[in-house]
Amino acid sequence: MTALALENLSIRYGTRPVVMDVSLSLAPGRTIGLVGESGSGKSSIANAVVGLAPISGGDILVDGVSAVGRGRRAREARRGVQLIFQDPYSALDPRMSVGDSIAEATLATGRKWTRAERHHRVRELLERVRVHPDRAGDLPGAFSGGQRQRITIARALAGEPQVLIADEVTSALDVSVQGTVLNLLRELQQDLGLSILFISHNLAVVRYMSDEIHVMCGGVIVESGPTEPLLDGPEDPYTRQLLSAVPVLGERMTFEEHVTP
Amino acid sequence: MKRFVGPAGLTAILGTAVLMVIAFAGPGIWGEAATARSVPDRWTPAGAEFLFGTDDLGRDIFARVMVATRMSLLLTLGATAIGVTGGVIVGLTASILPKYPRRILIWLMDMLLAFPWLLLVLFFTVIWGATATGAMFAIGLAGIPNLTRLVYNLASSVSGQDYVRAARVVGVGPLGVLFRHILPNIANPLLVQVSASASVTLLSFAGLSFLGLGVQAPAYDWGRLINEGIGHIYTNPMAAIGPGVAIVFAGLVFTMIAEALADRPGQGLRGVAAAGRASLFPRGPGRKTRSDAAAVAPPVGGVDPGGDGTALAQVTDLSVSFPDGEGGFVERVRGVNLSVRPGEIVGIVGESGSGKSLTAMALAGLSDDRAIVKARTRRFDDIDLGTPLSRKEGKRLGTELGIVFQDPLTSLNPALRIGRQLTEVSRTHLGMSREEARQRAESGLDAVGIAEPRRRLKDYPHEFSGGMRQRAMIGMALTAGPRLIIADEPTTALDVTVQKQVLDVLHRAQRATDTAIVLISHDVALVSGFCDRVVVMKDGEVVENLDARRIREEARHPYTRGLIACLPDMRSDRTRPLPVIDDRSGPGEQDAGTPEVGAVSGAVRAGEESPL
Amino acid sequence: MGTAPRTHRPMAPVAAIARFNDRLSLRGSFAIRRSGRLVASLLIVVLASFFVVHLVPGDAVRAALGPTAPVGLVENTRADLGLDKPLPQQFTDYVGGLFRGDLGTSIQSRQDVAEVITSRFPTTLTLATLGFAVALVGALPLGMGAALIARSTKGGSANPVISGGLGVLIAIPDFLLSAILIAVFSVWLAVLPPAGWGDPGSLVLPVLGLSLGPMAYLARIVQVEMIKVLDSTYMTTAKAKRLPQRIVLFRHALPNIVTATLTVGGLLLSGLTAGTVIIETVFAVPGMGTTLISAVQTKDYPMIQGVVLVFALMVLGVNLLVDLILITVDPRTSISEG
Repeated sequence: MTALALENLSIRYGTRPVVMDVSLSLAPGRTIGLVGESGSGKSSIANAVVGLAPISGGDILVDGVSAVGRGRRAREARRGVQLIFQDPYSALDPRMSVGDSIAEATLATGRKWTRAERHHRVRELLERVRVHPDRAGDLPGAFSGGQRQRITIARALAGEPQVLIADEVTSALDVSVQGTVLNLLRELQQDLGLSILFISHNLAVVRYMSDEIHVMCGGVIVESGPTEPLLDGPEDPYTRQLLSAVPVLGERMTFEEHVTP
Repeated sequence: MKRFVGPAGLTAILGTAVLMVIAFAGPGIWGEAATARSVPDRWTPAGAEFLFGTDDLGRDIFARVMVATRMSLLLTLGATAIGVTGGVIVGLTASILPKYPRRILIWLMDMLLAFPWLLLVLFFTVIWGATATGAMFAIGLAGIPNLTRLVYNLASSVSGQDYVRAARVVGVGPLGVLFRHILPNIANPLLVQVSASASVTLLSFAGLSFLGLGVQAPAYDWGRLINEGIGHIYTNPMAAIGPGVAIVFAGLVFTMIAEALADRPGQGLRGVAAAGRASLFPRGPGRKTRSDAAAVAPPVGGVDPGGDGTALAQVTDLSVSFPDGEGGFVERVRGVNLSVRPGEIVGIVGESGSGKSLTAMALAGLSDDRAIVKARTRRFDDIDLGTPLSRKEGKRLGTELGIVFQDPLTSLNPALRIGRQLTEVSRTHLGMSREEARQRAESGLDAVGIAEPRRRLKDYPHEFSGGMRQRAMIGMALTAGPRLIIADEPTTALDVTVQKQVLDVLHRAQRATDTAIVLISHDVALVSGFCDRVVVMKDGEVVENLDARRIREEARHPYTRGLIACLPDMRSDRTRPLPVIDDRSGPGEQDAGTPEVGAVSGAVRAGEESPL
Repeated sequence: MGTAPRTHRPMAPVAAIARFNDRLSLRGSFAIRRSGRLVASLLIVVLASFFVVHLVPGDAVRAALGPTAPVGLVENTRADLGLDKPLPQQFTDYVGGLFRGDLGTSIQSRQDVAEVITSRFPTTLTLATLGFAVALVGALPLGMGAALIARSTKGGSANPVISGGLGVLIAIPDFLLSAILIAVFSVWLAVLPPAGWGDPGSLVLPVLGLSLGPMAYLARIVQVEMIKVLDSTYMTTAKAKRLPQRIVLFRHALPNIVTATLTVGGLLLSGLTAGTVIIETVFAVPGMGTTLISAVQTKDYPMIQGVVLVFALMVLGVNLLVDLILITVDPRTSISEG
């Protein structure tokens, strides 16, 4: 059983291929990390899965049901996947209270909600991400970056997804609050049994979050496997290059010694 | 309710009130004087009796100007309403249409936009005839393309935002997105534009009536009065200028309304201002919770090992302030001591707003013109940066001090060829010939690993990739043989593998010429891996000064220890939650019962427990 | 799951080639798109000028000749204009006439429209060209200076004065400005003629009346752009090189404001061509503008058609010219448009 499966997924913008023949399958309750550099196609995959970008080939299965196209079944399948955006400053409508933003997302459950139920649910979700529920009426401007990112996570949860896609969720945050967001995601996963597709360019963060890593380069997956073995013995030259480029605290970086002119 | 602030708002309210009163009461008060003919008085020049003089039937022009207010304003509002309604409908429709119909519609509007407004107005006037209503329709319709484009641009800038995409993901339809997200977010800028366009409409109406194509006799508006007056400009200039003053006044009122609407500071602006002030008073009364933790830390600032006079560049007791726009100042850097010895690689690490870039720019003598920089000493070698530079000192700084910025696309001049930018220092300061300078630039590019340097010198920056641009930037800093390179987040915009290449280039340069480097970054791992010494900054102060190799062991300040522990690295234990730095500002972050409370000790503990 | 097979990443070279192709085709497709737009604009202009007569509610010929004109005359005029033929044939006749340079005959004065326009066109062109030149030459130093003052350490206090001055010049409509100019220079100082067109002195006021408003507007744009440039990182880079101030300004700053200045300048220039209509009326200059106004007042449709067509063509020409200049001046135009 897989929560999310990509089968030979291809995406192109105009005539330019950005993702080619990518397959992966995400088991329930697990995390797959997708690592790669800018332009490698990671975010295109995220957009395609939630229906924000058209695909040019292959299939996307959510809980075994194809989530491709405009049909009712596909739309329902897509609702099982929610996306957390990179920049918490543009991910919340500046003129809508955070409570309303979260309430709007309950639409994705496909159920009818009464006012009271919705109100209750918003408070519950805010509490869950550790924002005081009494602040539901505040506009996003009143919150710090880390809090906003937690609120966008609450909004994603309001859709009651089985799969969360976290697209560079810490890149726009200051170092000191990145940890909170990562901890929260891990905790939610344990409590709710979520499956997470964790996308980042930061290998250390992906390593920390994921059970399994897929390395992307130029629109294709060049190497994949369970986290530890893959990082201990990378086989693809690109993975090796990536691994050697990550700085390690307190350790002098090694450079090839060139003959200097 | 909406609150007008500042002088613009006040002027707008007063001006609107004056216009309204004249428009409502004008015909009642001045109606008689405006129509009373008096042959003996015809063409009386402006004076005490007739403020603007009289016309060819002896009617009081001032009274006529007052009476014309109603007609002029009504026509203006009518035409504006037509233009705005049309523009909003077409623009919003375009924003939710599918790709191809949308493109065609916008293309059409763009094409109409290429024609001057007046030409469109004249065209429509021909069709509807030269009457007041004809002119109103003509001006209104001619305004539609412009307003459409405006509404469409506003709407599409909003619809590209992540929050709209998020709404689409949860299943909000196009109309829902339009009414829930797009309209509320474009309403304010739209109102501003509507007021601005009302002022333009007013002027064009006057213009049309002036040409004799708008309001027809015996009715009259301001434009028609100018038309009638201008023939007699020798005997009574006020006959034409009087109504002109009325037009300009009304136009200014509309502009003021626009200004007042735009004047209300948005959330973002207010946020920025608040952030600036927060850094001046970093500790609110309720947030002294950390004082106990700070007690175990060494004195703030650490020891500055280069502060003994051997330094190549040095600042002591540096403070940098900016005007806060309300008459006061915000101190963004205070009490900073920093020195760099020849050949040394110093890293400055800190989060956004910690003052690390401001410090580095002050060290380079390149602070913003509005910044107020104070320091006990601020020198590069024997050059005092606190006093105006002599020509010779400028020359030396231009060659001996190289700068590399974060975003290579914006730090290279987009309008000049790479070659031009790499040769000008050699040409200006070292007096090289064109050919010598070019060869120097070539070897500079070659040194940073750019293939075919000779050909590449002819390229513009946009023809380089991101990593290449940054290498070219470093090559540029290297051409004059610098003794110090200040690199401000040089790799932040780059991918990690490209980052490695760029650092490699810097490293080689340093090895080859024994250049000192100041590397600024928010990435503590990067800084510790590249530098000899790490300076940690927070809220405008230096909190610690550490040996890069022994950073894990020697870090004492809780902030540094948190910084080290709170980010996963390639050795983090994947089975445990990450330690968290408390502190983070924002009153809202004090939510009771969150795990952040008391997490400082967590950070400290994590630091101690780390295996290395 | 396991590890994926070792692929050799075919994408890297593919992407590189695609990028290269993109770059080659961008400039080409920019040219194609622009010429496509030009052709479509031409078509719309011709259609619009053709349909002027047909869009007028009621009987255009009757409207032109007035309610008292005998039926016979109306019928004859209609036949002269070809309005009794079927619409498609009228259109082909019209377009055919355009190619032969035949714009028809005035209903009112019975003059050949093309001849009238030929005699009036040089005046309008001179006025517009001079006006634009004055606006451009004045706006650049004005705007750059204003920006430098705004960004200087003590500029805070002078800035509102400059912006306010420019703002007032922008807000005053050109006909009013012209009236003020006449009042000052012709009436009060009596140094320049208030009307007419001929000796150089008579050109001064019309050209000023036409150009001062656009000059202020353009200066504002230059100021805003210049401030943006002064705040940019590459200007800090230039400052770090400690180059002489004039090199920093003219070599590093100036080229970066050219694009915006020209883009807005192009719009202003096409606005100027229409602005001549008003200025010509104020100063009684015998150009196309005065011809158009009297034609509109007397409902002389063939004349209106001809003059509107020529004005529209002038505008298109100006836009084309600006595009061509932008492509040669700014290396990024073709790409940023993509």
